[in-house]
Amino acid sequence: MAYSEKVIDHYENPRNVGKLDDTDQNVGTGMVGAPACGDVMRLQIQVGDDGIIQDAKFKTYGCGSAIASSSLVTEWMKGKSIDDAAKIKNSDISEELALPPVKIHCSVLAEDAIAAAIADYKTKQETK
Amino acid sequence: MKLPIYFDYSATTPVDERVAKKMIECLTFDGNFGNPASRSHFFGWQAEESVENARRDVADLIGADPREIVWTSGATESNNLAIKGAAHFYHKKGKHIITSSIEHKSVLDTCRQLEREGFEVTYLAPNTDGITSVESVMEATREDTIIVSIMHVNNEIGTINDVSAIGEFCRSKKIVFHVDAAQSAGKIDIDIKAMKIDVLSMSAHKMYGPKGIGALFVNRKPRIRLEALIHGGGHERGMRSGTLATHQIVGMGEAAKIAKAEMPAEQIKLKALSDRLWNGVAHIEQTFINGSKEQRVPGNLNVSFNFVEGESLLMSLKDLAVSSGSACTSASLEPSYVLRALGLSDELAHSSIRFGFGRYTTEEDIDYAVKQIDAAITKLRALSPLWDMFKDGVDLSKVKWAAH
Repeated sequence: MAYSEKVIDHYENPRNVGKLDDTDQNVGTGMVGAPACGDVMRLQIQVGDDGIIQDAKFKTYGCGSAIASSSLVTEWMKGKSIDDAAKIKNSDISEELALPPVKIHCSVLAEDAIAAAIADYKTKQETK
Repeated sequence: MKLPIYFDYSATTPVDERVAKKMIECLTFDGNFGNPASRSHFFGWQAEESVENARRDVADLIGADPREIVWTSGATESNNLAIKGAAHFYHKKGKHIITSSIEHKSVLDTCRQLEREGFEVTYLAPNTDGITSVESVMEATREDTIIVSIMHVNNEIGTINDVSAIGEFCRSKKIVFHVDAAQSAGKIDIDIKAMKIDVLSMSAHKMYGPKGIGALFVNRKPRIRLEALIHGGGHERGMRSGTLATHQIVGMGEAAKIAKAEMPAEQIKLKALSDRLWNGVAHIEQTFINGSKEQRVPGNLNVSFNFVEGESLLMSLKDLAVSSGSACTSASLEPSYVLRALGLSDELAHSSIRFGFGRYTTEEDIDYAVKQIDAAITKLRALSPLWDMFKDGVDLSKVKWAAH
């Protein structure tokens, strides 16, 4: 299968790989997918007091498209408010990366990861 | 060294130069182009002679009589003809067929079709080494069992079944024993008499012959009868009609002849290459050989690099032509059914790479591959949340995943 140049670029030079301190109240973690399906994404956001995402990190086990999707969303999320980040749709991701139909689920997973990370952050804030 | 490097000899092999030369001689007006079935002139006789010489070479490879060889279009057709042909001929004796769950799709799908026709099929589970034992065959055998179909060498993991033991048992029970030898013919010794095999499928393109030609061995003593799938001019003693493709057949014959002559030396070479690759990657943590370490063909090494997904690994190994058991490389998004049948976890099944070595693989190729693999695994594990969790001591089988 041929990958788009953007997928290859994110795969070869993934942005924002890493791990944030999960115990930090201002860090939200989203872990989605399953090894059985061949992809697991961990997306983390660090949110400032102003509600702006200051940092985002990911690690992904999965195919090149899954890695590229998660790498891309970390770039997109940084500097956005959590409300704006929540508006990122899988169609935006698949369009940007020119994902073929068989790889659309990778972008869906990335959208799920965003939602999960934000939800985790919000839960932490409520229990603060 | 030419990039990309071919490491997929289990999928197909290039045609040996010596084979190609013989084939070319059977095509043009100046060559041996006649119809082997033309009995009335020189052109036909010449073509027939070439076909019969090839038949002898293929028969010699497995210790058979040339009259026991039927030409087909490849191993898929051979498997279809063997299983459907025997089932349709012997259906009055019984309706039960035994095979294994890790056979090639051309056996499994044929069996599924027979199930739709009213036959009953038992799919034996292999052990964790990928071996189908004679004991499991014995246990599954019933009064009405008419066919046992077990592959000699598995196409994904390269494991070798003890077909002699199964043959011995089937012969004693008068059950037709079919062996899919697509991955073993020309690579390891086959003696259909000693192994008591009744029907055996072969393919040319796995042994440096051309694609589009295969053969089926059909035993004469005891005589095995098959109902034809393709009807027509009654070629191949009525078992497979259709004008014989002289150039393809000559190619398979030459490939078989070379394979037989060079097998001992080739086995030693391939074993050394396989060991070289394994020794090169074995130091990588959480790396496993899939299938038996001992009972395997030297040209296959199926390895799982845990916590790294196969397709992304292939992306990193773009200079290496290998195949993966990962879901993402298949249309179905299911990981390899063979590896799952061995009891591998999903992560390990998704993380597998099949390396196939052959006649043109060099030590230099292997050393290059090892370097590439090393770098790719380091990179992808740094990206893998599963690797992090493993390093943190998390038991992945206990995690509740949100499957999608």
